Amino acid sequence: MSALRSHFSLAGLGQGARAALPAFPGFIMFAMAFGTAASQKGLSLAEALGLSAFVYAGASQMVGLEIWQRVWSPTTILTIMTVTAVVNSRMILLGATLHPWLKDEPKPRTALNLFLITEAGWLISTRYHSDGGRDVGILLGSGLTLWAVWFVATFIGFFAGALVPEPTRFGLDLVMPIFFGAMLVPLWKGPRPALPWLVAGAVSLVFHALVPGYLFILAGALAGVVAGMLIE
Amino acid sequence: MSGLESVIAGPWGAAFAIGAMMSATFLCRIAGMVVMSRVRITPRVERGLRALPGSIILATILPVVIDKGWPAIMALAATIVAMALTRFELIGLAAGLGTLSLIRLFGG
Repeated sequence: MSALRSHFSLAGLGQGARAALPAFPGFIMFAMAFGTAASQKGLSLAEALGLSAFVYAGASQMVGLEIWQRVWSPTTILTIMTVTAVVNSRMILLGATLHPWLKDEPKPRTALNLFLITEAGWLISTRYHSDGGRDVGILLGSGLTLWAVWFVATFIGFFAGALVPEPTRFGLDLVMPIFFGAMLVPLWKGPRPALPWLVAGAVSLVFHALVPGYLFILAGALAGVVAGMLIE
Repeated sequence: MSGLESVIAGPWGAAFAIGAMMSATFLCRIAGMVVMSRVRITPRVERGLRALPGSIILATILPVVIDKGWPAIMALAATIVAMALTRFELIGLAAGLGTLSLIRLFGG
């Protein structure tokens, strides 16, 4: 019972770092692709690393490159800010699910944990949490580890991007979807609780066909949550 | 105003852009937590949020996998079978990537 109360342990940090391991391949590929794209786009190393360190959200970093400027104005800053908010709005949902786990935590540590939210890291922690684990150290450990991997892989991609063989050869373009697919299995609790997933998938397919950009993820996720609320 | 504008147009402009992107993203990251601490969480909301992990996975991967065609579907199937048998993510990942590279190697 006391195991089900939120707590924090330093040992959890290392455990969290290990738990994050399955997400490494996807993170490395994505961040390297970003580093490569950033250097091809003419960004400086500091700009590329700054984006990875502080924004730390792959899809929005990629979209940000599309509208990156050599000379900025208040208008272009506002544009990139808005586009970033739209692409990352799905994180609002991720953060909401962490509330029961983090509500009694010290605020600065929660701020750090929330800053480190990514979909992959959140899936790993969600799995741990749904298995009854409540050590916030796991969440922080996996978050910090994935952040470091992301940062280093951006650096490597910035310089070595041209040297990397065609990623499609080893299926590396699909690492992230395959990792997500693997994470789906432990979530399976029978067909009924999975009905909202079907709704989410269908809605995201429709959005993907009709609306350009990454909005299909948010649309599908929201549809899944609404379906979950409606299905008894 | 024109002072700020000229600073933004200068060499520090990129730092402003990164700062703006970081703030927007951080707001998204904390917003869910802030909202949840202020509303009463009904069983209905809880049920909805419980559906989120699987929903986000399907919403993210389904369009990508269908775009990439049958090799991606086979790879995903191999991943899920391996995961169901072993419950070990790295094995699931290896099964998926292995299947995909085999199919592509033989011209799939």
